[in-house]
Amino acid sequence: MITKEKLFEIKEKTKPSLVEKLLEGDRVEFRGDDLVLKGEYYKKQVRIALKNCDIIDPTDIDEYIAFDGYFALLKALTEQEPGDVVAEITESLLRGRGGAGFPTGRKWNEAYKFDADKKYIICNADEGDPGAFMDRSILEKDPHSVLEGMAIGGYAIGSDQGYIYVRAEYPMAVKRLEIAIKQAKEYGLLGNNIFGTGFNFDIELRLGSGAFVCGEGTALMESIEGRRGMPRPKLYRTAHKGLWGKPTIINNVETLANVPAIMNKGAKWFRSIGTEESPGTKVFALVGKVENAGLVEVPMGMTLREIVFDIGGGAQDGKEYKAVQTGGPSGGCIPADLIDTPVDFESLGKIWSIMGSGGMVVMDENTCMVDIAKFFLDFSVDESCGKCVPCREGTKRMHEILDRITKGEGVEGDIERLENLSKTVSSTSLCGLGQTAPNPVITTIKYYRHEYEAHIKDKSCPAKSCKALIKYEITDDCIGCTRCAKVCPVVAITGKVKEKHLIDQAICIKCGACYDVCPVDAISII
Amino acid sequence: MEFKFDKEENKEQIVAFMEFLDSKKNTPGPLMPSLQRAQDVFGFLPKEMLETISKELSIPMAEIYGVATFYSQFSFVPTGKNKVSVCLGTACYVKGAQSILEEIESQLGIESGETTVDEVFSIAAARCVGDCSIAPVILVNEDVYAKVKKEDITEILAKYN
Ligand SMILES: Cc1cc2nc3c(=O)[nH]c(=O)nc-3n(C[C@H](O)[C@H](O)[C@H](O)COP(=O)(O)O)c2cc1C
Ligand code: SF4
Ligand code: SF4
Ligand code: SF4
Ligand code: FES
Repeated sequence: MITKEKLFEIKEKTKPSLVEKLLEGDRVEFRGDDLVLKGEYYKKQVRIALKNCDIIDPTDIDEYIAFDGYFALLKALTEQEPGDVVAEITESLLRGRGGAGFPTGRKWNEAYKFDADKKYIICNADEGDPGAFMDRSILEKDPHSVLEGMAIGGYAIGSDQGYIYVRAEYPMAVKRLEIAIKQAKEYGLLGNNIFGTGFNFDIELRLGSGAFVCGEGTALMESIEGRRGMPRPKLYRTAHKGLWGKPTIINNVETLANVPAIMNKGAKWFRSIGTEESPGTKVFALVGKVENAGLVEVPMGMTLREIVFDIGGGAQDGKEYKAVQTGGPSGGCIPADLIDTPVDFESLGKIWSIMGSGGMVVMDENTCMVDIAKFFLDFSVDESCGKCVPCREGTKRMHEILDRITKGEGVEGDIERLENLSKTVSSTSLCGLGQTAPNPVITTIKYYRHEYEAHIKDKSCPAKSCKALIKYEITDDCIGCTRCAKVCPVVAITGKVKEKHLIDQAICIKCGACYDVCPVDAISII
Repeated sequence: MEFKFDKEENKEQIVAFMEFLDSKKNTPGPLMPSLQRAQDVFGFLPKEMLETISKELSIPMAEIYGVATFYSQFSFVPTGKNKVSVCLGTACYVKGAQSILEEIESQLGIESGETTVDEVFSIAAARCVGDCSIAPVILVNEDVYAKVKKEDITEILAKYN
C-alpha cells in the first residue's frame, strides 16, 4: 500500500526525467507552471479535463502521479471531512458535463445527507451522441483522472463501490481502464484502507451493449442490474434510491475528470475560469465540415465564432459556413448569424439549442437542414426504448413526414403538423430522449423554414442534397472525355468522344459518380 | 438462414464459458456480462448457451430473451467472417457516409444487417465509433479506415476476401 511519503517520492522520481523527455519531443511547452501541447490549435484552449491527454503515457500510473495525480485524493482523505469535499465541489459550481448541467455539488450533497448501509457512484461513459468522442479521449488518454474523481466522489458521499458503464463501441477505452484499475489497485489507491485512512473504494467496469437510451441515468442502472435498459419513472431521486435501490450518484466522465483539478487548485481558481453561471471549461468534439477537426477544450463563454473559426479554421474546402449543430439528437442547429453566441449552458438554451455533451458538428452550404432533421429523428426512432407512446409513435410519425418532404412528396400543412407533434412529444414523454427528440426539428423549422417550404412547395432542395429533388446535367463545358460514361453504373450517359455528352434522366439513379470524375466540372446539379 | 451450433467444435470455449459463469454467479447483476461474454466467444448467442445461462444463473429464458433482444450488439445468428461497420454518426453522415454505405451494399450485393451467402462479409451500420475527426470512417473487424472515399471501397474489401 502506498503512503503519503511514497506518493511524493514517486512524483519526485518521475517528474524531472519525464518533463525533460517531453520537452525534447518538441510537442509540448510550458504555459506558466503547466505543460501544454504546442501549436496554433492549442493556443486558445484551456485544458483541465484534457490536461494530461496526449502528454502522459496513460498506461503508466507513475506519469499520472508525476503531474499531481492522486494528490487530490490524498488531500481529501487526510485533510478533509466528506462534508468539506462536498462543500468545495458545491462552491466550485461545477455543473454536469453529460448534458443537463446540473450542479454536481448539489447532487453529491443529496447522497451525502442520506443515511444508508450502501451507496454507489457511477461514471457514465456511455457517450451516445453520434458525432462526439470527448469521453472516449479522456478514458483512453487519462483514465486515472476519472478513477481519482470517482474515489473522491465516493469518499464525499460515503460510498465504497463505483461502477464505470462504458459503451461497447469503445474497446480501447475498456482496455486502458482495465490497466489503470489494476495499477491503482496494486498501489493501494483503490481497494481497502486507502492511504491507511480506513477508507475503502473499489471500481468495477460494466459494458453497454449498444443502446443509446442506457446513457439516461435510470436506464443505465436497469442495464447494470441485468434488465432491458428502459428509463424508470422518476418517483425517487437516484441520489436516494438508485442502483439496487441504494443511494446512487451518477456523473459523466468529463465531470469526474474535473474533480481532482478542483480539489487540488480550489473552487476559487475554478470559478476564475469561464462564466459566472457556468464556470470552468468544456470539451467539444469539433467535427463535420470544418478545416481542423478535433477535440477542443475552451473556457465556457467563448463564442462559437472563436471555436469554429479561430480554432477550427472555418468551413472546409473554401465552402460557405452554414450552421453548427450542438447537443446531438437532443440539440439544435445554430445558424450562421448567431455565430457570436457565447457557449455556455444559459446562452445556448436561449437560442433553442443545448450544450449537450459536447458534440459540435459544422455544416456547410451543401448540408440540407431538412435532411439533417430527418437524420436525427431517424436516430431517435431507432433508439426509443418503446416504453411510452408519444416517443415511440410520435417520433415515427415525425420521421415519416420528414421523409416525404425530402422525397418531394411533402404536402401543405406538413410544417404545422411537425410543430404540433413536436409539442406533444416533448411535453409528454417519460425521459430525456423523447422530451428532446423534437429539438432538431424545432430548431431547423425555426431558422430554416424557407428550406422546408422550398421542398414542399417548389419541390426543390436549396442545398442540392436531397436525391429526389435534384438532377445531374452536362453543360457546354463538356470536352467529351467519356469518363463519366465509363463510371455510370446504369449506363445513363451517351455521347461520342470529344463531343458533348448527355444524361438520360429516365435512367439516371443520381449516384453522383459522374459528378465526381468529370475533370472539367462540366456536370452540374440542378 | 439455416445453421447449427456445433457443441463438439466449440467444446473448449464452452468449458471456459462455464467457468466464467461460475465466477459471476455470486456477483450482483450477472446477466449482461454473461451475455456479452457469450456474444464475444461464440460470435452470436447460441440457444444452447442461453439455456445454460438460464440454468446457471436461475433466470427464466423469457427474461433472457427480453434482455438480449433489447440491445443491438446481441445477435441470434452467426455473422460473416468479416464484419464491415459503416459509421453513420452525425460527423460521418454530413461527410457523405450514406453514399459509402450504399457503395458497399452494392459491391457485396447485400443490405446493411445482412450476411453474404458465402458468409465472408456482413454489413452493419454503426453509430459513431469515436473517430469523428477523421470522418467518414468504416471499420472492418477491428481495422479503422479513415476519410474513406467511394473509390477506396473495392480495394479495402479485397483485403479481406
Ligand atoms: C437519452 C439520454 C442519453 C444520455 N446519454 C448520456 C451519456 O452518454 N453520457 C452522459 O454522461 N450522460 C448522458 N445522459 C445524461 C444522464 O442522464 C445524466 O444526466 C448524466 O450522466 C449526469 O452526469 P453529470 O451531472 O455529470 O452530467 C443522457 C441522458 C438521456 C436522457
Ligand atoms: S421517452 Fe422514449 S426512450 Fe424515454 S422512456 Fe419513453 S419511449 Fe423510452
Ligand atoms: S448520377 Fe450516377 S446514374 Fe446518374 S448519370 Fe451520373 S453516374 Fe449515371
Ligand atoms: S466527364 Fe465531364 S468532360 Fe468528360 S464527357 Fe463527362 S461531362 Fe464531358
Ligand atoms: S460520427 Fe462517425 S466516428 Fe463519430
